[in-house]
Amino acid sequence: MTFKHSIQTAYKGLEANRSRSLLTILGIVIGVAAIILVMSLGEGAQNLILGQIQGMGSKTIIVVPGREPKGPADAAQVLSDSLKERDLDALKRKENVPTLKTIMPLVFGGDSSSHENETYRLTIFGATPLIETIFDLPVEQGSYFTEEDVRGRTSVVVIGTKVKKELFGDSEALGEKIKIKGRSFRIVGILPEKGQVSFFNFDEAAIVPYTTAQDYIFGIKYFHRIIVESEDEGTIARTVDDITATIRETHDITIADKDDFFVETQADLASRLSTITSILTAFLAAVAAISLVVGGIGIMNIMLVSVTERTKEIGLRKALGATYSDILTQFLLEAVMLTGIGGIVGILTGASLAFIISLVLTNVLALSWSFSFPVSAAILGLGVSGLIGLVFGIYPARTAAKKSPIEALRHE
Amino acid sequence: MPLIEVKELTKVYDDGVVKTPVLHGVSFSIEKGEFVAIMGPSGSGKSTLLHLLGFLDDYTDGSYNFSGQDAKSYTGDEVAHIRNKKLGFIFQSFNLLSHATVLENVRLPLLYSNIPESEWDTLALKAIDSVGLSHRTSFDSAQLSGGERQRVAIARALVCSPEVIFADEPTGNLDSKSGGAVIEILQKLNEELGHTIILITHETYTAEHAKRIIRIKDGLIESDTQVSSPHHTNGGILIK
Repeated sequence: MTFKHSIQTAYKGLEANRSRSLLTILGIVIGVAAIILVMSLGEGAQNLILGQIQGMGSKTIIVVPGREPKGPADAAQVLSDSLKERDLDALKRKENVPTLKTIMPLVFGGDSSSHENETYRLTIFGATPLIETIFDLPVEQGSYFTEEDVRGRTSVVVIGTKVKKELFGDSEALGEKIKIKGRSFRIVGILPEKGQVSFFNFDEAAIVPYTTAQDYIFGIKYFHRIIVESEDEGTIARTVDDITATIRETHDITIADKDDFFVETQADLASRLSTITSILTAFLAAVAAISLVVGGIGIMNIMLVSVTERTKEIGLRKALGATYSDILTQFLLEAVMLTGIGGIVGILTGASLAFIISLVLTNVLALSWSFSFPVSAAILGLGVSGLIGLVFGIYPARTAAKKSPIEALRHE
Repeated sequence: MPLIEVKELTKVYDDGVVKTPVLHGVSFSIEKGEFVAIMGPSGSGKSTLLHLLGFLDDYTDGSYNFSGQDAKSYTGDEVAHIRNKKLGFIFQSFNLLSHATVLENVRLPLLYSNIPESEWDTLALKAIDSVGLSHRTSFDSAQLSGGERQRVAIARALVCSPEVIFADEPTGNLDSKSGGAVIEILQKLNEELGHTIILITHETYTAEHAKRIIRIKDGLIESDTQVSSPHHTNGGILIK
């Protein structure tokens, strides 16, 4: 029998019991839809996170004080006060890190601010004017403070939109003063509405010269981060090596295990986070896959019923010249068509649900979420559902093909 | 060389607990072009014999040569090919596919043949025409009367131009008029087109339409006689 006629025969077999066929594929539809949904949302989450990281630029290198966390026991950062002014000076020297383009120390913390009777809890960043280019944060009104202000520990501040709104409402804020830690800061610049950038919400932030922040707000002599930009992407590895060597030198460290700092690149961060989301996605997809197996067992069950019901038809076909493999193919194709159709419907359902959820996330929760259709998952879903048809269809199909024509014809 | 030759053929049904012998050793041969009726009361083993001759079941002992070759030497696929190409079956209960038209039912054996698809409709229509059902071609088989259904089954048995047509009580479920028509078609196929026909029946009058009658009783051949002048219904009624 030609393959074309095998398909036609199988299709007619399914159509004869249309409502049963539809109910049977429901299990596969749900399984595949769940997998596609999870994969699509996983990919969306991954894109969201990677987009956040890329907000900082791919040439950015971050020096973090303390020991690199290797496990839960290391989670408590030790030696977190290890990065100091002398490290900054050493890194700035061209002979130490020749591929360094820009360098900026960063201190941050939460504190409350007030203006007249209004108070607001904000995130304070102590930085240099370079923060504008590193985080891509141009001001909307006014300007940033200058290097002069950094050297002179001036009490000036650039505030985010939300801070302005909470403390000043609709009235003019530029040139006004806000109080942080009892000290008056003059507002020199206001940031545009920005949302989340690199996991920081600058709308709720106040940016001050880092020297001012260290001395008058946090009372510390160290940095929370040193942010370095490499000349170009090709020199990142070299820059990281030079930074590591330079800081070890200033800290008198000879064994890498004793490092009291670690260096992170954007690429490291991206790969670490995408590993986490991938594992999470895979785990959820595996849970969803269980329902596919359940669906497959449903298919096997129905196919066995169908084979018993159609014993007489099988006997007739054999008497008319159907071979073992003709019957095997017919019933196997029925099972594969059931799961295949289930797979296609499942992919469409899953993708539609993911699309609706992405609309909700963008419009209701205002996340910069993008809908993504996981093509690989769709192909995999279709392949797996077809395979399930084969695996769970083989037993009923063999049962059918092995029937002796006369036993089958006698069956009532 | 006879088309069908059986020697000391026996069949024992064994369901794993009880062994039921049905045929105790039958021997005969059938030449090409014969019209043989196998007669006997129910339980005599005549249907079993037909199933063995039609490659629908395996015999227990003895020998069966079909076209000069030992039946046991054929592989599964060769047996399927013989059933498809060389044998045609007509059953008492018609065994048509429901939800299928007359044309689809008659085309069914062609699906399993190596005849090119372009010829299928021509062959099927020719077979339908030869049983006088051209006006019913696109009818659903469920819409037909019993006699018409059996004629569809005959067309289906004919469509691959088999050497032998096995008819297992073809008139058993039919009234005498429809039965007469069925027997008339079988007779015509034998006399005009030269098909070998093996008819199973328990009715003497029906059997006397054949050229030869083999009587079976209790799994043994009771008699094997030529019919001097077979009845012809000529559109008449089959008297039971």
